Amino acid sequence: MSAGVAAGAVAAHLNRGARWRPIEFVFWLAIVALIFVIPSRALLINEILLAGLFALSLDLVLGYAGIVSLGQAAFFGAGAYSAGIIANAGLADPLAGLVIASLIAGALGLVTAPLLLRGSDLTRLMVTLGVALLLGELANSNSWATGGADGLSIALKPVLGLFPIDFRGQRNAALYSLTVLFVLFALARRLMQSPFGLSVRALKENRLRSGALGISATTRFIAIYGIAAAYAGASGALVAQTTGLVSLDVFDFHRSADVMLMLIIGGAGYLYGGLIGAAFFIALKDGVSSATPEYWEFWIGLPLVVLVLLGRERIRAAVVNVFMRGASLVGWGGR
Amino acid sequence: MLTILFDGVAYGMLLFVLACGLSVTLGLMNFVNLAHGAFAMAGGYAAAILMNRYGVPFLATLPAAFAFAAVLGVALERTLYRRLYGASHLDQVLFTIGLVFMAMPIANYFLGDQPQAVRVPGFLSGRFEIAGVGIGVYRLFIIAICGAIAGALQAFLIGTRFGAQLRAAVDDRRVASGLGIDVDRLFAITFAIGSGLAGLGGALAADVVGGIDPSFPVKFMVSFLIVVAIGGSNGIVGALTGALLLGILDVAGKYYVPSIGAFIIYAVMVATLILRPQGLFSRGGR
Repeated sequence: MSAGVAAGAVAAHLNRGARWRPIEFVFWLAIVALIFVIPSRALLINEILLAGLFALSLDLVLGYAGIVSLGQAAFFGAGAYSAGIIANAGLADPLAGLVIASLIAGALGLVTAPLLLRGSDLTRLMVTLGVALLLGELANSNSWATGGADGLSIALKPVLGLFPIDFRGQRNAALYSLTVLFVLFALARRLMQSPFGLSVRALKENRLRSGALGISATTRFIAIYGIAAAYAGASGALVAQTTGLVSLDVFDFHRSADVMLMLIIGGAGYLYGGLIGAAFFIALKDGVSSATPEYWEFWIGLPLVVLVLLGRERIRAAVVNVFMRGASLVGWGGR
Repeated sequence: MLTILFDGVAYGMLLFVLACGLSVTLGLMNFVNLAHGAFAMAGGYAAAILMNRYGVPFLATLPAAFAFAAVLGVALERTLYRRLYGASHLDQVLFTIGLVFMAMPIANYFLGDQPQAVRVPGFLSGRFEIAGVGIGVYRLFIIAICGAIAGALQAFLIGTRFGAQLRAAVDDRRVASGLGIDVDRLFAITFAIGSGLAGLGGALAADVVGGIDPSFPVKFMVSFLIVVAIGGSNGIVGALTGALLLGILDVAGKYYVPSIGAFIIYAVMVATLILRPQGLFSRGGR
């Protein structure tokens, strides 16, 4: 095989994931359809979409860069409070607020990322958790800006001046969230196919060898962490904007833990996992908590323990296998 | 001033007993066990129920709390935990979060969400003054018991054959088992002692934190993790230092600057981890 052919094969291999597959179109169109078919559940769909965006941000950190984080809520909360404070300061346009809030959260991510470069998994776990707790305490004590335990309530102008997203426009809110989610998803998808994304994955697979190939771990970890923080900030800002409320629980440990569960249920490292896991998790929580409101956590914990004991990889391989067989039957082809 | 220091030391000692089991599993065995607080909750409940329903005196409930949590710990270790010693940290985190999520509703289902009080008997309550320092009798009792436990553990770990075997097994599991040490048994016993001490801590803490309720494992998880993170991987001494530091800072912080509450301890933890990523007392190379 000549060098040119080999290079072509490598390029083809790398580009294979870049093209959007038919099933992906089906996935996104199905969500749009769902919002129009059952507008009465738009609130729940909106919640799922935003949790999915949050899980997507964790996927970038955990699934692609391999950083175990228990404090993704730090950026979620920063985004939510930024959006709330911006809106109450007079900038009532949702899109402007969203962009600024995401950038603030992203900047926070860039600032805290260097703290994660040293130490073991445990150190990173504790530092990410600690940052989220610190921010929660800051929000609690600076009640002049955050409203303290009472929280903030937000009133916003309609999106683009046309579509109100408050409680009168739950369908608008879901569509607004879906649009933002799709744009950010497509961006992440493109990013992960780029040389930057590939090198981040290489670092996760084998840090020593990638270093030998001249890939710098430091800048890439900081960059991907900052991007993921901006994504988490966007989801926090959207939650604040579409519910009209920000309260101290945005920094809760529960939020960081839940989002990790969503991502793990859906599977990390292929971007759709967070969305699927969020849908599964929130539908489950919604169903179980209406049946047993006090004990729903048990039915989240049990599958998780079983999942880990049986082996996440094995289950995922089985699911993917079944799925691919089904897909090839209808003629969509495998990977 | 000295009173606050005294209260801080008492709280730190309590945290030490609660967290020292975790400092072994997490700090030494490198197993991320976020469900450690569930064992403390189990011990606290055992003490509260024995006392309130069966009228067992306070001092007798303490060994019972230890035994109950230890048995629970060894049962879970044998059936579930041991499968995950070699697993990734992510799997361990997920598994133990799942356990916490299950433990809280179970406690809520059987015992309700109201805090269960453990009442301290008359001869342990009240306070007296020495040279202007107010000393709570119960806090003095906590310091005495927990100090004795810390000393005993240190002597046990350094001075006995079991301790030497444990240190060897933690350092290199394969070589240790190659030398004929029954590592499985060793870890099970260690886990049982750690869980039992957490249970004892839960029973002792019930009065200080205003009763045991189902959210106990999550409320104190962060404190335990901070103790281990600050203490690092140096077992008893590290955990004791971390716990005392945390206890004193927490009590003093809440007294002098209540407006920023828990901010201080989180800031200290993050700062410690930035300066010394392996904790204040690491044994290098890990």
